[in-house]
Amino acid sequence: MMFMQPSEGRLPASWRQAGRRKLAVRQTSRRRMQLRENVIGYAMLVPSLLLFAVFLFYPLGKSMYLSLHLTDPRGRIAAYVGFENFTALLTSDAFWNSLRVTGLFTLYTVIPGLVLGLVLAALTSRPRRGMRAFQLVFSMPVALSIGTAAVIWMMLFHPTMGMLNYWLSLAGLAPIQWLTDPKWALISISIMTVWMNSGFNYIMLHSGLQSIREDILESATIDGAGPVTLFVRIKLPLLSPVLFFLTVVSIMHAFQSFGQSHILTKGGPAGSTEVFVYSIYKEAFVNYQLGTGSAMSLVLFMLLLILTLIQFLVLEKKVHYQ
Amino acid sequence: MTIRHGWSAAFMYIALIVLALVLIYPVYYAFASAVMSPEESSQYPPRMFPSHLDFSAIRSVVDLVPIGAFIRNSFFIAAAITVGQVLTASLAAYAFTFVKMRFRAFWFGLFLSTMMIPWEVTIIPNYMTVKSLGWLDSYPGLIMPFLASAFGVFLLRQFFLQLPKELFEAAVIDGCGHWRYLARIVMPLSRPALASLAVYAFLNAWNMYLWPLLVTSTPEMRTVQIGISMLQFEEFTAWNIVLAGVSLVLLPSLIFLVLGLKQLVQGITAGAVKG
Repeated sequence: MMFMQPSEGRLPASWRQAGRRKLAVRQTSRRRMQLRENVIGYAMLVPSLLLFAVFLFYPLGKSMYLSLHLTDPRGRIAAYVGFENFTALLTSDAFWNSLRVTGLFTLYTVIPGLVLGLVLAALTSRPRRGMRAFQLVFSMPVALSIGTAAVIWMMLFHPTMGMLNYWLSLAGLAPIQWLTDPKWALISISIMTVWMNSGFNYIMLHSGLQSIREDILESATIDGAGPVTLFVRIKLPLLSPVLFFLTVVSIMHAFQSFGQSHILTKGGPAGSTEVFVYSIYKEAFVNYQLGTGSAMSLVLFMLLLILTLIQFLVLEKKVHYQ
Repeated sequence: MTIRHGWSAAFMYIALIVLALVLIYPVYYAFASAVMSPEESSQYPPRMFPSHLDFSAIRSVVDLVPIGAFIRNSFFIAAAITVGQVLTASLAAYAFTFVKMRFRAFWFGLFLSTMMIPWEVTIIPNYMTVKSLGWLDSYPGLIMPFLASAFGVFLLRQFFLQLPKELFEAAVIDGCGHWRYLARIVMPLSRPALASLAVYAFLNAWNMYLWPLLVTSTPEMRTVQIGISMLQFEEFTAWNIVLAGVSLVLLPSLIFLVLGLKQLVQGITAGAVKG
């Protein structure tokens, strides 16, 4: 069947006008709607954007500006020095020392922290009698924060009255100057940090293990995999996204740690626990050198950026996403 | 088979108990010292168990330092930051999910990029800003810089994206505007994600150390972290007074942990959404 389509040319002129008007109305209303979408959208972004502008973007720019200047003791700009703050940093022993300390602290805390978390999570992964109590105990350190944890360990580390040295004496060993011996101080604050972070690592790895599908484990068991094979060949690869996340986060935290050194050792003895952020704090808020302090904080920014980039480029290739 | 199984189970329980004792010991030590008498806590060899409950240390610490003010400050600051972050983040996340405005991709990219900026880079200029605003040693100085969170926006957007699209289309056909859709549909449906963000934000705010250290100076404005760590510099006759303070501060957190472990776990693991 054929229909005769009415062509526009045959319509009365008044109809055509009405049609055009309708189209125009629809267009303006669409434009108005688009405008309204924009207004609403930006109104919703404004609170966050404003806060970021004042407390993030502006300070970032200001840090760059400060890093090129010297400041007087009251924090005002004294002189433009170009990149001298940076070159002074790169040639100072203190800078390289704090980098080395931060690197060692990262090494001492990240790997033991992950291993401890894995062991705890593996031991509590099977539903057995009493597991909930152990889960609670192993999660408990998340209730602690740097203030409370550091004060408790300060007492435990005490050279004459502390529990640690008392137990060493019971074992017939010589006491250790935990916080005042340059050989031990960094290890001591690392032990405390691993303990404090163990709750977070445990919770992450435990829930990672719980989310592994039961049928995968069953079929592996039927194929004759023992508990160790099961853990190394099946669970670890399936946990790799969580492990990767924890590695990135722990390294970031280690590079940004401050409270340990501030409360327990004040960066000492002999700078052996002076981590990077503690150096920034000392430079900017004890010595009031805002210029060099800003330069140091920008170096930290660059370091973290590079480290994270490397981890995503190198490590993430080994991560198994389901 | 069963014998081997029994042995491995026994071994596992021994390992569990040893690890649990080691990990819980520092906290036990704090609580045990808090209820010892000053003489008992400074004995040598050190005592493992208090002979009887002695509350003099707890009483002294409450008398000597404004520990109630520390807890109140920390609680108020953390609560304000949590509410602020949940509000600003849900607004922005809604805009990034449902509102078709111009340059949306650009702004989202900008938000994401802020997650790369470590807080330490901004600390010197922020200190100067807060100082020039006269906010040193005040609540605004402790709260304002933390009211927005790019991580929160990202977390909530991921959740909003999973809400069924048909819901939004149906609401639009029914003439429901953006604000109403956000308040009536999106927020109630996103309660789990909002709770996760809230727990995460609260914990981070509660645990802040460097910033409150810089901007507070009077004891009355100190947060728990600063107040507790400064106890060690005070001249006390016995150090178990310090540990009594630590125990008082730890008690609410531990109770919270026991009661809300599940929510806490969800809040913490929320941080791992596609690490």
